[in-house]
Amino acid sequence: MSSTLRADPVTTASDGPASGEQLLAVRGLRTSFKTSRGELKAVDGVDLDVAAGEVLCLVGESGSGKSVLALSLLRLIEPPGSILGGEVRFEGRDVGAMPRRALRRLRGRDIGIVFQQPQGCLNPVRRIGWQVAEPLMRDGLGRAKAWDAAVELLRAVGLPAPADKASAYPHQLSGGQAQRVMIAVALALRPRLLIADEPTTALDVTVQAQILDLLRERCRAIGAAMILVTHDLGVVAKLADRVAVMYAGRIVEQGPVADLFAAPRHPYTRGLLRAAPRLGEIGERLTDIPGGIPDLARMPPGCAFAPRCDTRRALGLDRCLDEAPPVFAAGPAGRARCWALAGDAA
Amino acid sequence: MARYVLRRLLLAVPVVVGIMLITFLIKAVIPTDAVTAQFQGQMSEADAAQAIAALRAKYHLDLPWYRQFVLYVESLLHGDLGESIRLRRPVSSEIGFRYLNTLMLTGAALSIALVVGMGTGILAAVRRNSWLDVTATTVGLFGTSMPAFFFGLLLILVVSVWLRWLPVVPRGPAAIVLPALALGLIEAAPLSRVTRTAMIDVLRRDYIRAARARGTGEIALVLRHALPNALLVVLTVIGLQIGNLLGGAFIVETIFSWHGIGELAVEAIGWRDFALTQAVILVSAGTYLAVNLVADILYAWVDPRVELAA
Repeated sequence: MSSTLRADPVTTASDGPASGEQLLAVRGLRTSFKTSRGELKAVDGVDLDVAAGEVLCLVGESGSGKSVLALSLLRLIEPPGSILGGEVRFEGRDVGAMPRRALRRLRGRDIGIVFQQPQGCLNPVRRIGWQVAEPLMRDGLGRAKAWDAAVELLRAVGLPAPADKASAYPHQLSGGQAQRVMIAVALALRPRLLIADEPTTALDVTVQAQILDLLRERCRAIGAAMILVTHDLGVVAKLADRVAVMYAGRIVEQGPVADLFAAPRHPYTRGLLRAAPRLGEIGERLTDIPGGIPDLARMPPGCAFAPRCDTRRALGLDRCLDEAPPVFAAGPAGRARCWALAGDAA
Repeated sequence: MARYVLRRLLLAVPVVVGIMLITFLIKAVIPTDAVTAQFQGQMSEADAAQAIAALRAKYHLDLPWYRQFVLYVESLLHGDLGESIRLRRPVSSEIGFRYLNTLMLTGAALSIALVVGMGTGILAAVRRNSWLDVTATTVGLFGTSMPAFFFGLLLILVVSVWLRWLPVVPRGPAAIVLPALALGLIEAAPLSRVTRTAMIDVLRRDYIRAARARGTGEIALVLRHALPNALLVVLTVIGLQIGNLLGGAFIVETIFSWHGIGELAVEAIGWRDFALTQAVILVSAGTYLAVNLVADILYAWVDPRVELAA
């Protein structure tokens, strides 16, 4: 029977598992898409760690591979894409080696995921309550009990009139309400990790902050860690414990949010921060990063950012164009892939 | 809902009247009627002429067609379908059991079409581009291009003549097997194709990926998440196909000597037995309209976004 519905989801506010305990470890993950233009390396050797209970923000421009990385963690890549290599370990278990059954248990029960387009992620011909209750029924809960639990879950995500809304269909919900439902579904089985892939991008600006608050609040309530994929640095500053910056399929820099914002080590991170508007800095000019993300099917041999990099030009580093930089220590707890750090490598 | 059904029923009345009118017009341009067809060349000219005149007067065949039409509609409104000139008994007594037989045959054929058509369509979509998909698509193409009566003849040849599994004219419950297969398998072909296309489209949607992402098993994914959505498209096709089944029954029943209204219709037309023909057409048209109405209501039931506007 249900061991996952430990208690009433509304009232429980646990501190979660001991913080700092390793939850997810990703090493050298590579995901490619076969296209007519050749192999598209969307995720190209990613290392990533998530500790229990923490919020990791994954930032980067559109097309940098953030969403593909998120999907790869759950092995949700479908042809023409495929995961070519690397390792994903969740609580020490190798996700890549899991048989189908175990993988299904991992999805939903251990790791929940919320997508960008909430309306499209809800089945149009199924009642909301059924969609929330389904994972619970799969977990062994009876129909009526699962429905009641679904209503409670909907209440917990702040859906107005949850008992009525449970009988509604997706087209009767607003975008914000739909995303609340998706959060309820993703957290129904109290996973230890929630992946939120740009959960507010498709929503009205006024609703975005509410949804982000809700995500943080619900994750805290059940003690889940969160990987929040976003390109909004304001969101990062507000929610993240740690940040990973992604560029052209690689994580170019990661570290604690305070360090990274105070002293970004990678030129791309510096460029991103310069391009973000800040309150109270009236009159400051926003600068964009000249150029665009390189063609993922024709990646340069060296650092993917090198053609746009002002630091490389300033320092006159030539190896950036020929040789991909390895990971260097960056600051007290951070890491970055940049040849400019070769000197102060620990 | 009730208002919607009522409105649809009222709308069906002019359609039915139109159908009857058209059949009466066709009758008007056909030179022989039931009485002359029956007696011609059987008696002496004079006797025949006398008998024919008497009977034609009895069945109002001597009146112009529009007067006949009015008389027909009048008696119809009194619940009287008329009398079969050839069989010399009320049409309703003949049509009743024939209609049940046809319902039985189309019901069996529809079940076969649904199981085989949707089953292969779903499998082909799930195992896309596999040998199963290729086979189903190829066989389906043959099925779509082949008329049911031809397939029926092939079935008789293979099952009854070559394999001798069934007599050529079976009696009892076995009699339904071949005509039901002939009709059902032919209708399964287009159904399979539509189901496959609809399922492939649905399986690509975000909500399927989202359901998979929360650990839904493949079978539940296909049957509980994808299929109800694909049904929206498939249901429309099924409604049309029931019409095809009724039409196909006319010929298939004749080939297999299945005593349904299809066979009756073919006989009645041969006899120029107009009351009978008219009744068969009336019943068929009514069934067709009812099926379409049911399909529309089912559609609204399956798709919560559809509202039946009265």
